[in-house]
Amino acid sequence: MRNIWTIAKREYDNYFNSPLAYAVAFAIMLMLGIYFSLILYATSDQAMSGGGAPETTPLNWLFVFLMIFLSPALTMRLISDEARMGTLELMLTAPVRDFELVAGKWLGSLMFILSIALLTLIYPIVINNFVEPGIDWMVILSSYLGLILVCSTLLALGTGISAVFTNQFAAFFVTLGLFFFLWFMISLPANILPQGGEVFNYLSLSDHFSQSMNNGTVNLGDIVYYVSLTALGLFVGSTAVEIRRWR
Amino acid sequence: MIKVSGLTKDYGARRAITNVSFDAQQGEIVGFLGPNGAGKTTTMRILTGYMPPTDGEAIVAGYDVVEESLEVRKRVGYLPETVPLYTDMVVFDYLKFMGDLRRIPNVDARVDEVLDMVGLLERSNGYIGNLSKGMRQRVGLAQALLHRPEVLILDEPTIGLDPGQVVEVRKLIREVGKERTVLLSTHLLNEAQNICDRVLIINKGKIITEDTTENLQARLIGGERVILRVRGESDELAATVQQVKGVQSVETKEDGSVEFEFSAGKDVRPEVAKHIIKAGYDLLELRPLGMSLEEIFLELTGDSKKK
Repeated sequence: MRNIWTIAKREYDNYFNSPLAYAVAFAIMLMLGIYFSLILYATSDQAMSGGGAPETTPLNWLFVFLMIFLSPALTMRLISDEARMGTLELMLTAPVRDFELVAGKWLGSLMFILSIALLTLIYPIVINNFVEPGIDWMVILSSYLGLILVCSTLLALGTGISAVFTNQFAAFFVTLGLFFFLWFMISLPANILPQGGEVFNYLSLSDHFSQSMNNGTVNLGDIVYYVSLTALGLFVGSTAVEIRRWR
Repeated sequence: MIKVSGLTKDYGARRAITNVSFDAQQGEIVGFLGPNGAGKTTTMRILTGYMPPTDGEAIVAGYDVVEESLEVRKRVGYLPETVPLYTDMVVFDYLKFMGDLRRIPNVDARVDEVLDMVGLLERSNGYIGNLSKGMRQRVGLAQALLHRPEVLILDEPTIGLDPGQVVEVRKLIREVGKERTVLLSTHLLNEAQNICDRVLIINKGKIITEDTTENLQARLIGGERVILRVRGESDELAATVQQVKGVQSVETKEDGSVEFEFSAGKDVRPEVAKHIIKAGYDLLELRPLGMSLEEIFLELTGDSKKK
């Protein structure tokens, strides 16, 4: 476990040397900032005519949606670049298990995303000060739990794919393609098939978040879904690293 | 400390090393000598737990490299040939990171100590990417020494260094090699002669011979070669030398000198000198040619005829 932490810490620090990571953080914060002001405008108009209070959970939905496109950029080089630069040889001859290497890389990227997510807490705090009697923090909590779980899943799958490739751009496009498929396309058969289509709904990355946790509903099934996919990503990653040894 | 038997490694259809066996004791510096692509790096990668062999067994520091890979890796210091380093890290942070992975107590002090050993203390706060090749080599060496490993495996440790640094690094290797087992690869024969107690010569994935550097030289020189030079040119010189009893394989060189051999222990030089002078030549030079490790190597690897 300590090795995972050591590797995660190095990877986390490394993001702050990387212009790409700043670009991702900038893109997320810019989009969220614009969206937030739009929400404020819209709800302030409604509030005049007796409408509801502004909500910030759509911001978390946007955060997660942006992660589909941006997270492959954060994970693409995690292991592929080490293989290309030869530094993988250092890691594979250090007393570190293959799984610890992959999990450390994943945790580092998750910590980076969580740092950005921490910054977005400013939005609910601002709104909480505007409305009486304050906002429902349990919904916010559930929404952030969902956000963490989705990000964890995306980053684990990305890390796993990065271990398969030596070229970071190959890793990027395969990861992006997979996320597109899991987010937009996998639930399509649910509408076509006469029965049994719910399975495909269950497999979709988006529904467990946007239909449930982001609205304040925490189901064990949703958590299991994301945790299993995270485990799958890390398993693929460590298997790919092990296969590299045998080649 | 290192015990290798029957090691074989295939990369797909290509066999990189075949049935490699040797061992190395504590306090011994063993040189791995061979041309590029001979299988030195492959063997070292197996010994460091980087990759498993296709066949055979290797025990390093008392542990099997396949079954107990982590235990082996804890006890081995490794300098890979390409010296991979995280170029976007500061030297100190990099070594601290590697030290943390190896659970070194008091890691900050130890990093400074090792940086001092390799003479890089003043570059401790510099980025690795800004270091010269020689300095990176020494960062790699520092990383290999960090955890005071029982076994040190160095792949071409002096490549890319200035002559002055080469001397320094060799001194360092001899120093640390006193209480450890060191396996180093090189394609420089004088380096092997210089640092190693014992040399393994490897070519095309097979160990050709294994001996101490002194024995190797003595064993291979079956006879002694002498070069003979006289004033002026003469076509009959070779024939004249041939007449002396005990002289073998006389050969006239392009510059007019003559090289010949005689069996070890039967020095025919006085007779040759007398005979030459009696035949009316002005003797200029009669000098034994020591066989260099270069020649030994070429002869052993069977490439001598291609020259």
